[in-house]
Order: sequence, then C-alpha cells, then structure tokens
Amino acid sequence: MAFQIIWFVLWGVLWAVYFMLDGFDFGAGMLYNFISADETEKRIVTHTIAPVWNGNEVWLITAGGATFAAFPTTYALMFSYLYSALLLVLFSLIVRGVSLEFREKSDSPAWKKGWDIGIFLGSFLPALLFGVAFGNIFHGLPMDADGYHGSLLSLLNPYGLLTGALFVLLFLVHGAIYLAVKTSGGLAEKAAGLANKIWVVLLVVAVAFLAYTYFATNLYANYFSTYVLLIVPVLAVLSLLAIRLFAAKGQYLKSFFASCLTIVMVTSTGVIGLYPNLIPSSLDPNHSLTIFNSSSSVYTLKIMTVVALIFVPIVIAYQIWTYRVFRQKTTPLDIAAEKESY
Amino acid sequence: MDALALSRLQFAVTSMFHFIFVPLTLGLSILVAYMESRYVRTADETYLRMTKFWGKLFLINFALGIVTGITMEFQFGMNWAEYSKYVGDIFGAPLAIEATVAFFLESTFIGLWVFGWNKLSKRAHAVSIWLVAVATNLSALWILLANGWMQHPVGYTLRNNRAEMTDFVALVTNSYGWLKFFHTLLSGYVIAAFFVMGISAYHLLKRNDLNFFRRSFRTAATFGLLSSILIFLVGDFHAAEVAKTQPTKFAAMESVWETKQGADYNLIVVPDPANERNSVEAIGIPKLMSFLAFGNAQAEVKGLKEFTPAERPPLLPTFISFRLMIISGVLFVLLTIIAFFASRGDTLDSRTTLLTIMLYALPLPYLAAQFGWIVAEVGRQPWIVYGVLKTSDAVSKAVSPAQVWASLIGFTFLYGFLAVVDIYLLTKTAKKGPDSDLSAIIKTARTQEV
Repeated sequence: MAFQIIWFVLWGVLWAVYFMLDGFDFGAGMLYNFISADETEKRIVTHTIAPVWNGNEVWLITAGGATFAAFPTTYALMFSYLYSALLLVLFSLIVRGVSLEFREKSDSPAWKKGWDIGIFLGSFLPALLFGVAFGNIFHGLPMDADGYHGSLLSLLNPYGLLTGALFVLLFLVHGAIYLAVKTSGGLAEKAAGLANKIWVVLLVVAVAFLAYTYFATNLYANYFSTYVLLIVPVLAVLSLLAIRLFAAKGQYLKSFFASCLTIVMVTSTGVIGLYPNLIPSSLDPNHSLTIFNSSSSVYTLKIMTVVALIFVPIVIAYQIWTYRVFRQKTTPLDIAAEKESY
Repeated sequence: MDALALSRLQFAVTSMFHFIFVPLTLGLSILVAYMESRYVRTADETYLRMTKFWGKLFLINFALGIVTGITMEFQFGMNWAEYSKYVGDIFGAPLAIEATVAFFLESTFIGLWVFGWNKLSKRAHAVSIWLVAVATNLSALWILLANGWMQHPVGYTLRNNRAEMTDFVALVTNSYGWLKFFHTLLSGYVIAAFFVMGISAYHLLKRNDLNFFRRSFRTAATFGLLSSILIFLVGDFHAAEVAKTQPTKFAAMESVWETKQGADYNLIVVPDPANERNSVEAIGIPKLMSFLAFGNAQAEVKGLKEFTPAERPPLLPTFISFRLMIISGVLFVLLTIIAFFASRGDTLDSRTTLLTIMLYALPLPYLAAQFGWIVAEVGRQPWIVYGVLKTSDAVSKAVSPAQVWASLIGFTFLYGFLAVVDIYLLTKTAKKGPDSDLSAIIKTARTQEV
C-alpha cells in the first residue's frame, strides 16, 4: 500500500519537473519567431535552450517509463485511449528536436525558415496538447466496462481547452522570463515586456481555471476533506503573483524561480486532487484507474523505489551542475564562437 | 488490414528506422571519445580536428536516434496496450531504469559536450563525451535486457492475470539478454568502423587531407577488426542460446524440418515451405549443426514439423535474413583484416581498389544489423513473449484500424522526410571534409583554458 503512494508522489514529481523544465523550452520556442528581430537574435534564443532541452525532455521519457513500470494498466489504457492526441504530441516533439538540431546546418534562408516553423509548432502543440490531456484526466475520461467512449474531438471540450490554454500561457510566461534571464539588451527587454503582458492573461485564465475546475471536476474533494493540502494551491497562487512582483523589480532570476514554483504547484494541485485516481472515469467511478487497481506488484515497486532513490538525486545533481556551467547570459559572442566550432 | 497487422507493420517501420541511427551512435561515440582523449594526451591538433569532424557527423545521426527513440517508448502503450498490461510489471522496469540511469546521462552530457568547448577544461570536456558513450551503451543494455526477456522470459510468475516479476536478479542476469547486448553493441561498432573507413576512403581516393584520413581509417580499421571477430564469436554463442531457448526460431533460421540427432550443416539450402521441406540441401558438413547448436555432435536438433504450423514463425524472412547476416559477418571479418593490414604502412592511399570497396561497403553492416533484428523479431513469432503471450493477444483493443492507418501514414511521411534530411546532411558534411581553418578550431579549443 505504501509503495503505491510513494510512486504516486514520484509520478506527480516527474510530470511537475518535466513541465517546469521543458516548459521554458516550449515557451522560448513559441516566442522565438516573434521576439527575435534578426538572425543573430534568433540564434541567441535557440542557443539559450540548445544545451539543455535534450536533458529536459528525458523527464518526459522517465515519466512515461515510470508510469509503465509502476502503473502498467494506467500506462496501457492512457496511451491507447489517447492514441491520436499522443501521436500528435510525439510528432511535434520529433519536429521540435530535429528543428533545433538541424536549423544551423545550412545557411539557406528557405532551410532556416522551414525549421523556424518547426520550432514554433513543435513547441506550441505539445504545450497545448499536454494541457488538453491533463484537463481531460482531471475531468475524467469516458470509460467503463466496455472500454473507452471518447475520441480526439471529444478531448477538445471546453475544460480540456481551458487547461490547454492555461498550459500554453504558463509556458509562455515561463519561457519569456527565462529569456529575460538568459539574454541581454533589447532582446531581454522585449522578453520581460512580453512576460508582463502575457502574465495578465495568464492570471485571468488561471482564475477561470480554478473556478471551472470546481464545476467540471472532483479535484477539490481531497482539499475539502484534508484542509492542510490547501497549502499547495495557495502556494500556486502566491508564486504566480510573485512572478509579476519580482519581474516588476527587474529581479528576473527570482521571477523565474517563482515561475518554476508556479508550474510545480499547479501540476501538484491537479495531481493531489486526483488521488487515489490516476485517471478517473467520468461515467462510472468503479472503472476509474486508481493507484491501487492499476499498479505493479509490491515487489516491482520496491525494486523501482530503490533505483529511483539512488539515481534520481544523482540526475538532479548533474543537471543542476549543467545549468551552472551554462549559467551565463547568451551573447552575440557565443553565437560567433559556436559558428566556428559546429 | 486489421489493427493487429497495421500495428505490427508500424512497429517494424518505426523500430527499424530507429535502428538506423542507434548502432552508429553506439560505436561512433566511442571512436570520437577516443580521438578526443588522444588530443588531450598528445596535444596533437589532428586529433582535435578528427574529434570535430567525426563529432559533427555523430551529432547529425545522434539527433535522429534520440527523437525516434521517444516513439519506441510511447508505442508499447499506444499500440500494444494488452501487452503492456500483461507484462508491464516486469517489462516496464528495465525501460524505466534505462531512462533513469542511462538516457538522462546521455542527453545531459551531450549538451555539455556540444556547447561546453569554451566552458569546460579540456579534460572535463573529454570526460563528457566518454560519459555519453558509456550512457549510450548502458542504455542499450537495459533495452536489450527488456528485449531479452521477451525472447527468453525469466524471473516471473503468472499471477493476477499477468506476468509479475519475482526475481529482478534473474531479469538482469538473463544470459539471452546479455548475449543480445554484446551482439548488438558489436554490430554498432562494426557499423561505426565501416562508416569511418568508408568516408575516409572517399577522401583518400580524392587525395584530400591524406594524413587526417589515413589516421582516421587506421583507427577505424583496428576497431572494426576487433569488433568483427568478436561479433562472430558472440553471434555463435547467441545462436546456441537460441537453439536452447527458442527451438522454433532456430529451426526457422536454419530451415530444419525434421528432428534429427547429429544434424548436418548444409551450406546451400533452398527452403520449400509450401511442402514443408527443402528443395535443395547441398555441401553438407556432417554433424556440424548439432555441434554448433549444442556443442555436441550427436545432439538432437528439433525440426519445424515438431510444431504445429500455428506455432512456427514465418520461415522465409527468418531464414533469408539469417543467411544474409552470416554471409555479411564473414565478409566483415575478411574486409577488416585486409583493411587493418593495408592501413599499417604508408601505402593505404595508393590502394584504390580496397578504398573503393570500403567506400561501397559502408551500408553493408547497416543491412546486416537490420537482418539481425528481422531474425530476432520475426523469428520469435507467433509469440510477443516467447511461450507466454501471443502477438495477436497483445494489440490494443481501444485502437481502431483507421487510427493506426493514420499514424502509419504519418510515420511514413515524417520518417521519410527525416531520412532525406539526414542523408542530405550526412553526405554534405562528409563530403565537405574536416575544417581546414585550424586557427579557428584551436582558438575555440584554447579559450577553454583561459
């Protein structure tokens, strides 16, 4: 019993960290075409995420792998029920990856332009679709003894779309602040200005999301029965406000950390609300996938716990070290040096 | 076609495509790491230029290996939900461990290597690519332990309507998985060696940068010779393991119909599956098959007729792929022996016939690796987990043929496009040759010491 809870927590953490890290890649990728005035600025933007996006994406692979290993029934049903949506996510992520890697391999304008579109779509679509997917999971999927009764279109219901918009806006603000931290001069100012503007829209959508969640989902039930949990959504709101407060003072690094915390807390708010479900059924609670009816055996969970306890801290340590190595702002000089090496 | 046939086709397309890029990554990461280490040791700038040039090709290939790998992890759940439910308890673990212990390491340190030339010390920079190499190979280990379990399931019990893990140690010490690991690893090393030799041969024939490409060729020839010989030995052990654990696959690989003691090995065989016999069996070496399979000339080799037709794998793809793989393997040993000795002296660039052969031999190990996977996966049919779960019981119930059609067409277009881009970029970069502007390279490499 306890091991299912450990893995439920880890499952939430993996998704939260994934959204926190790849979130700014998505944000920077969505803003990229609109924020950069010329080729040098474009390359500065991609250069801020180029050394780290790959390592960030592995959090998704690990979240998927952990779902498979710890909750195989949920993995199997979630991935096959959401087949078409996940396929779009997959294609988008593939396009994003090759666009970032191949854009600089030729100087032809048409070549670069094609990959520019790839970077935008490959960042926007996963951001939106992850939001839509999680919105639908929060709300519950139409599944019963006969299987799944939904389709790609039924996922695009108002609540799913609102969650999608919330994710897109969260990542846009997150990415804009990241760029304000990692670049300098006019580019950084533009990024900060955009972050401030988008933040207002984010605030409106976040309030609408919190209100709509009350009507569309059961997420609040756990909070009403255990008040202490309310600290998580409260922290989500406070850190959301802190993004703007720090940004207004020009303290973009602090603002970025606030934005990281916001994403982690928003994800946690949803995941805690789900407990003990991983995917609730919107038709019949008896057919909800819970951490107990869809988990691996305790033996497997124990082995995986040992592996996770040893290796996840090591991963976190070397990833933090990597961020320290690349902590400086990206300047036109870096772009010139990069041209000489690759 | 139904969802099952389409899902199988899609899995074949996506995994074979993925496996165009993975093996080169396995071997070339080691070669590039070796080159950079030599540079750090000797301060010889040719090694730095080698690191940069082969590293550039490595990265183009690496990017596609990474992005096509995500598909592999997703589609077990997407297309094979019944499989995932049934075996997730034991099969999910190695996949999750792979991501945690290997894929993170690989993906984080590749970023450090590419963008860290000016930010890390020379030594730390070389350590980054070594970590990438180790992580890539470690990643292959966990994936192949997972595949090894599908081939030869161990350490589980059937309980709660599924296969549950009972012995993690048995899973990670599964000899089938380890043999497969070494076999796959070495196939990647052979591919990398032929890749470097082939491109070097191209430039030597054009008389470009002779010193650079002679040295690259020699490094690759040594690596290729060792790998080709080892893969032959490991392949032999591996085939023996198959004979022991997967009699139907072994019988299909060799097109054996009748169960026999002291079975001969026929060099020439023409199968006639419709009549359950071979129409030609010639140049037999007495009792060699029994000896190769079981180390005992009198041992019994099971024939396909021992099993009902429903239990047998498709014969022709298994048999033909296996033969072609073996012939390729022999060829690799011969070619690398010649290449190795030819690259010793200073006369390599005058050996135009050898160089031309090596240039055109570049795709052969790729083909051999694909044949190997056909033997492994087609030969396992009708099972998805040998003896435990049929492939036909493994496919997702919630996914319609229309959905798989759509995804299959999508994959075909996207992957086709990626293949074109990849070949274009690799050819362009390979033909262009190493950067001759040494000063720029050295400047970037030196600023790291400031």
